[in-house]
Amino acid sequence: MLTSTLLLSNQLPTLQYSSTPERFDETWEAPLATLLGLGRAAGADFIELFLERRNYISCLAEDDSITSISPSLSTGAGVRVFRGKADCYVSTNDLSFSGLKAALEKGLSILGLQLPTAKAFIPEINLELLRDYATKRGKDAWLPVCSSIREMGEVLLDGTAHLKQKASHIQSRRATYFRDWQEVLIAASDGTFARDIRLTQSVGFNLLCADGANRTSIGDRAGNTSDANFLRTWDSQQAAEKIAESAGKMLYADYVESGTYPIIMANHFGGVIFHEACGHLLETTQIERNTTPFADKKGEKIAHESLTAWDEGRSENAFGTIDMDDEGMPAQRTLLIEKGVLKNFLADRTGSARTGHPRTGSGRRQNYTFAAASRMRNTYIDSGEYSNDDLFASVDKGIYCKKMGGGSVGATGQFNFSVDEAYLIENGKITKPLKGAILIGEAKEIMNKISMCSQDLEIAPGFCGSVSGSIYTTVGQPHIKVDSITVGGR
Amino acid sequence: MPNITEIANSAKENAEKLGIKKFDIYGSTVDDTNVQVDQGEPKQVKASNRSGVTVRVWNEDNTMGVTSTTDVDSKGLELALKTAYEASFFGVKENVPDFSPEATAPIPNKHQDKIPQAPVAELIERLLVAEKQLLAAHPAIKGVPYNGLSQRDIDRFYLNSDGAVRTESHSLASVYLYSKTEEEGKKPRSAGAFRINQSLNNLDINGCIKETADKTISHLNYEKIKTGKYRVVFSAEAFLSLLGAFSNLFNAQSILDNQSLSTPEDLGKQIASPLLSVFDDALHPANVGAETFDGEGTPTRQISLIENGVLTSFLHSAGTAKRLNAQPTGNANIGAKVSVSPNFYHVFTTATPEQELSLETAENVIFIDDLQALHAGVKSLQGSFSLPFDGWLVNKGVKTSIESATVAGDFLELLKSIIYVEKEAELTPGGVCPKIWVNELSITGE
Repeated sequence: MLTSTLLLSNQLPTLQYSSTPERFDETWEAPLATLLGLGRAAGADFIELFLERRNYISCLAEDDSITSISPSLSTGAGVRVFRGKADCYVSTNDLSFSGLKAALEKGLSILGLQLPTAKAFIPEINLELLRDYATKRGKDAWLPVCSSIREMGEVLLDGTAHLKQKASHIQSRRATYFRDWQEVLIAASDGTFARDIRLTQSVGFNLLCADGANRTSIGDRAGNTSDANFLRTWDSQQAAEKIAESAGKMLYADYVESGTYPIIMANHFGGVIFHEACGHLLETTQIERNTTPFADKKGEKIAHESLTAWDEGRSENAFGTIDMDDEGMPAQRTLLIEKGVLKNFLADRTGSARTGHPRTGSGRRQNYTFAAASRMRNTYIDSGEYSNDDLFASVDKGIYCKKMGGGSVGATGQFNFSVDEAYLIENGKITKPLKGAILIGEAKEIMNKISMCSQDLEIAPGFCGSVSGSIYTTVGQPHIKVDSITVGGR
Repeated sequence: MPNITEIANSAKENAEKLGIKKFDIYGSTVDDTNVQVDQGEPKQVKASNRSGVTVRVWNEDNTMGVTSTTDVDSKGLELALKTAYEASFFGVKENVPDFSPEATAPIPNKHQDKIPQAPVAELIERLLVAEKQLLAAHPAIKGVPYNGLSQRDIDRFYLNSDGAVRTESHSLASVYLYSKTEEEGKKPRSAGAFRINQSLNNLDINGCIKETADKTISHLNYEKIKTGKYRVVFSAEAFLSLLGAFSNLFNAQSILDNQSLSTPEDLGKQIASPLLSVFDDALHPANVGAETFDGEGTPTRQISLIENGVLTSFLHSAGTAKRLNAQPTGNANIGAKVSVSPNFYHVFTTATPEQELSLETAENVIFIDDLQALHAGVKSLQGSFSLPFDGWLVNKGVKTSIESATVAGDFLELLKSIIYVEKEAELTPGGVCPKIWVNELSITGE
C-alpha cells in the first residue's frame, strides 16, 4: 500500500500496490493517482488512463446446427498524454503497475518529456471519489444472468427452425448472436475517476434465397444494452416472419431504374440517412479536420424547418446507450438541430479543447487500443406533424425505401447508403418491389430536402466505424420524405 | 510481455495441469507506432505493444472449443484453455476441425528480419514535410485532413500439441495522405494515396505525395456525367477491391456453406474472359508483408484461381480441403469455425488481346480510380453491386473528373465482359494488378 503522498521518484520501483485483479474498484486509486502524478511531474499538461476488461462471446447457427461458439477475453489500457497541442496515445495489454508505468513513460518520451530525477518529488493526483455507475445501477450482477452457451444455442436453433417454416426457396439460413460485456475505469489528471460496466447484445438472422437466376440475401438484427435477459425475450418467430416476407418480395424484384427521385424512407433503420448525411458532420473531429460544411453554422439554418434531431446517451436499453462516455463524463441528451437550426455539436475532451464547443459526453472508442473521439450515441430525427398517408400522397413517382443497408460519408460531405428493400411508388401507392438501389448526395443539399416527417419515430441498432474504431450506435427516425435524391441502379 | 517460448511452455504446462491432451495456439505480438500531423504541427502519436492468442482445445469426445485472449501470462492462458475446454462440449459433431496435415511440413527459408524502428521525431518530421509539400502543390489544396505515417513490427506463431512450432517476424512501414481542396464557388474535392514497404527508408513517400497531389488536382475541374452505359476501365485498386468483395467465388468454406456464387462443380468452367488470370500468391515478391504460414500452420503458396478465364481451384483450410478432396492452401484463419481468406492477389494476362487499348486514345471511357462503400453497395451473395466511385471521364487522354456517380452491375457478367487486361501491373496493399477494361457497365450520374 502507498503509505505517504510524499513520494520520491526513486521509490517507484519498490512500491507494492494491491489492486483488485478481477474488478476495477477503489483499490486502483492509489496506483493510478501515482502514475498521473508522475506524468504531471514529467511535464505533461494532461494525462488520462483508460482501463478495460472485456468478456465477449459470439454464437452462430447455420441451418440446423451450431457451427461456432467463440469466446474472447481481453484486458488492456490506454494512456493519453497531452503536451501543448500535441497528444500521444499508448496502449498495452499489461495492467500491472510496471506495465502501465512503461506505457506512460513511452508516451512521455514520444512527446519529448523525461521522467523526473531520482530524488524528485512526485505529487500524487487527488482523484475524486470513485463515480461507480456499475455499482449504482447493479451492473455487477449482469454477467452471471446472461444466457449460457447452451441457452444461446437453443434460442438460435429455434430461430433457424422458424426461418425454415416461414421462408421459401431457402439456400441457407443463419442466426447470429453476440454478447459483449465491458468494464471500464477512467482516471485523469483533472481528478476524473469513474467506473462503468456496459452490456451490449445483438441477435439476428441472415437468409439467402435462390430460385434459378433470382437470388436475394437479407438480414435483420435486434440489439440492446443493459438487459441481461435480452436473448430470452427475443421473439424469433416474429423476426423470422418479417425477414421471410422481405426475402419473398425481393427474390423476384426488378433492378431499380437509376435516376433522381423523391423518396420516402421508412422509420427505424431509415435513420441511417441522418447518421451519414449529417450526424458525422456534427462531430468535433470533423471540425478539427475541416471536413464538415457545418463548422461555422451554429445558430444558422442548415436543414428544412420540419427537421429536429437529437443525439442522446441514455435512451432506455438502446444499442448506443452509455451512462458515461469513455472519458468519464456523464452522458447527456444533446439537441443537434431544432426546426432546421443547428444548435450543438458532439464534442469529446480534445474536440472541445480544440474547437471551443462544450463537451457533450460523446468521447467514445471501440476499445483500449483507440483514443476517444467525438462519436454519436443514439441519434435520431424527431417525430413530425404529418401522417404516413400525407407523405405517400405527395409522391407521384418515387421510391419507398423500406429497409436500409449501410453507408458512409467522405471528407467533402458526400454520402451514400444502400437500400436492401425498396418499392416503386406510383400516384401515392406502392406498386412493385425493386432491388439494387444506392442513394448518394451531398450533406448540405440533402438536409434541406427532408421536407416531411411523420409521427412514427422508431430507433434501430447499428455499428458505426470512424477514427476511434467500431462502436455501437442507434439510428432512428419517423417516416420521412426526401424531395429528390440521386438513386444509383442499372 | 512473455515471448513465444514462454507462451508455448506456459500453454503446455497449463494444458497438462488441466488434463487437456490436444490443443493448438495461434498468436501474434504487434509493436506499432503511428503519427499524424495537422497544419504544420504534430496531431497525434499512437503507439502500442499488444499480444493476442487464440487457443483451440479438443476434449475426450473429440469436439473442439476455442477462446481468444489478450492476456498471455500464465493465468490468462489457463483461463483461456479452461474456457475453450468448456466451449468444446458445444462444438460441432460433424466435420470437426483438426490439425493441418501440413502443420509440420518444412517451410523454405524466407529472409525475415525486423528493421530497427526509426525515432518518432523522424516520423513526425517526414510527415510534416509531406504535408507541406502537398499544401504547396496547388493553391486549391487547403488541407490534408487524413494522413499517417506508421511503422510496425509483427511476430506470429503457431504451435500444437503434436509438436508443430512455427514462428516468423517482419517489419512494415506505411504512409497515407488524403488532401482536400477548397475553391470559391466550387465544391470541395479530395483524393489520396498509400504506400507500404518493409522499412521507412525504402518507403516511397515522395511517390505518395505526387500521386495524392496529381489526383486531387485532377478532380478540380469536375462535371456531372449523364446516366447511361459506358466502357469502364478499373484501376488496380478498384478492380482488386471488387474482386475481394466477391472472393466467396474462390472460398471453399463459403462454397460448403452455400454462401458463394460458386459450387464445387464449377471448377474447370469458363467464368471470365480468356484474357483474365488470377492467382492468390502470399509469397509474391511484391508482397512486403508476406506470411509463410496460415492460422493453422499450413505453409502459404501460390494458388491458381482463374487461368485464361477458367476457374481452376479454391482457397482451402485443412478442413475444407479434406471435405473437397483437395490440399490445404495456406489461407485459413483459426477460430471455432475455421474461415478462409485470400492472401495477396496477382492479376495478369497471358492471352493475346484482339486489340490494344489505351486511355490516351480511347473516347469517352470511364476510368474508375477508387470504389467506395463496398460494405454497403456489394451484394456478394447475389453477385450484384452498385457503388459510388472516384474517377474521370477520359476522352483521348483528356480527363474530366466525375461528380457524384455510381457504377452498377453483376460481377459474373463483368468478368465475362473484360475486353482488355493491360500489361503494366500496379502494387496495392491487396495485390498486384494492371488496369482492367470492361466493355459496358451502368453509370448513374444525372
